Amino acid sequence: MYIFKRILTMILTIWVITTLTFIIMHSIPGDPFASDADVLPEEVLENMRAKFNLDEPLPVQYVLYLKNLVQFDLGPSIQSETRDVNTLISDGFPASAILGLQSLVIALVFGLLLGIIAALNHNGMLDYAAMAFAILGISIPSFILAPLLINYFAVKWGMFPVASWGTWQHTILPSVALATAPLAIVARFMRSSMLDVMNQNYIKTADAKGLAITGIVIKHGVRNALIPVISFIGPLAAFLLTGTFVIEKIFAIPGIGKYFVDSIFNRDFPVILGTTIFFSTILIVTLFLVDISYRIVDPRIKLTSRGE
Amino acid sequence: MSRLLDVNDLRVSFKTYGGEVKAVRGVDFHIQQGEVLAIVGESGCGKSVTAQSIMGLLPKKVSRIKSGSVTFNGKELLGLSKKQMQKLKGSEIGLISQDPMTSLNPTMRIGSQIAETIKKHTNYSRSKIHDRTIELLDLVGIPNPEKRYRQYPHELSGGMRQRVLIAMALSCEPKLLIADEPTTALDVTIQAQILDLLKDIQVRLGTSIMIITHDLGVVAEVAQRVAVMYAGVIVESGDVEEIFETPKHPYTWGLLKSVPRYEKGKHEKERLVPIEGSPPDLFAPPAGCPFAARCDYAMEICIDQMPDPIKTSETHQARCWLNDTRAPNANDFVAAGGNDV
Repeated sequence: MYIFKRILTMILTIWVITTLTFIIMHSIPGDPFASDADVLPEEVLENMRAKFNLDEPLPVQYVLYLKNLVQFDLGPSIQSETRDVNTLISDGFPASAILGLQSLVIALVFGLLLGIIAALNHNGMLDYAAMAFAILGISIPSFILAPLLINYFAVKWGMFPVASWGTWQHTILPSVALATAPLAIVARFMRSSMLDVMNQNYIKTADAKGLAITGIVIKHGVRNALIPVISFIGPLAAFLLTGTFVIEKIFAIPGIGKYFVDSIFNRDFPVILGTTIFFSTILIVTLFLVDISYRIVDPRIKLTSRGE
Repeated sequence: MSRLLDVNDLRVSFKTYGGEVKAVRGVDFHIQQGEVLAIVGESGCGKSVTAQSIMGLLPKKVSRIKSGSVTFNGKELLGLSKKQMQKLKGSEIGLISQDPMTSLNPTMRIGSQIAETIKKHTNYSRSKIHDRTIELLDLVGIPNPEKRYRQYPHELSGGMRQRVLIAMALSCEPKLLIADEPTTALDVTIQAQILDLLKDIQVRLGTSIMIITHDLGVVAEVAQRVAVMYAGVIVESGDVEEIFETPKHPYTWGLLKSVPRYEKGKHEKERLVPIEGSPPDLFAPPAGCPFAARCDYAMEICIDQMPDPIKTSETHQARCWLNDTRAPNANDFVAAGGNDV
């Protein structure tokens, strides 16, 4: 029952997002052919607008779009003659997803570890070192970090390829560049959560039972400390999986990140809508997964619809 | 009877930004095999700190045991290594903590939380650990233990959680049970049940119990001996009858007068008398008796010098100048237990 209601809300949310994006998108001045308006004769422009149904009134365009959407057809791309939006996404998404997944794993594994270590050495050298690193990680923008990584690891030391995509070696530098900021945020989250948990009475109970410190930290500390951190992981996963414009551009990765930005400059309406809907769907699904994993980590949480 | 636990001149301080807080300032007491000792005192008097330093549970970074010795079963506990202490904790000394609502791990089934202790201290097989856990849940009066085994703390009431904590503390048949305000967070009917359970355990298993409380009702209910603590020192100790019937320290008088009493044949309304003032600042404890500032009977010497414990019977002693033979008229006050002469 919960799942059913939840899926219904998810579909509703996507519809609302689609509608809002549609309205906002058409309220930006200009259309896909604005840049060609000086060069091309009016008749050609009109023909092209007709081809993409841009000559219809907006409500009609909207209904047409929704009609395609329910059949999972995101429409043609105005810029690309040969590929429609579905193909753009399915071509680009694997690279973005691999990059995102790796970054997510790096950010979580090292972020959580760093947070735990910092918390256990509260106000000690390791704590200060970890937090200094975290602040650096948050403050350095990825477009500075990425060239630095390329300069040292690829150009000077030749450990990894400079850019482009293909083998797993290609994935390392962009994954690291992409993971650094979220890693730092996760570390800070985990540290404060862990500090809070390690002061709880049940930790004292575990200590009084004579358990070794590692057992206390792992069995009683980390699991409880994860609960507030999980809520951050959902949006983070969505953000990382759908690719990022900056990192993909710097490393010349054929992902979908660039479409988010390019489509807006080009007023490529179907691509704007398609990428937005795609991102929203991933976000909503990861949020859903987060809610389910709450249930697994924290037995106090019961998944019920309101009023049940 | 032999002494199971012997605490001598225990001094514990805490480092804070404001300076050093002397929380425990030279505490001596002992517990005999199979005995229930109550440590009574108001909040902040150092009773929980005393208990926690016995078990080595004080936060290492901010607390320091300045001096003293804690001998348990003939073995000195202060200065034991972490490993040695871990072996002792949970197996020979069990702790029942203050707040059952927050003292259980919310993300772990209660059965596994109990089993964890047994697993740590014995080399029982899995099924034997499980059986022992069920047996313990049964022992502390939890109905339907097989079902409860698989439940999480939030599915249990406060009283039930306290029973789980007691089961946990008892799991390896400790010689000493330290109960730090075991009933404070519970409502009155449940309090009585938990106290009955503790008494029952003491009789059935012969466990020594050190119970820490601010509730004189609890003391009267379970304790055989009482130590009254004030501002980090034990001001009076003795058998429970001695403390309730012939208290020798003005602080004890004050405590007794501040709780309602029901006496047979006495029907007139009696006003409760609070102890005026508040305990001294433990950043800079007074040189003399810490209670002198609040004491109606304070003499000059009380402000200057802390009295040593003065024995008034084989088991009863108080740190109060009124009990000194040189104190003028003091005997009358003492005999009257602080009531107007």
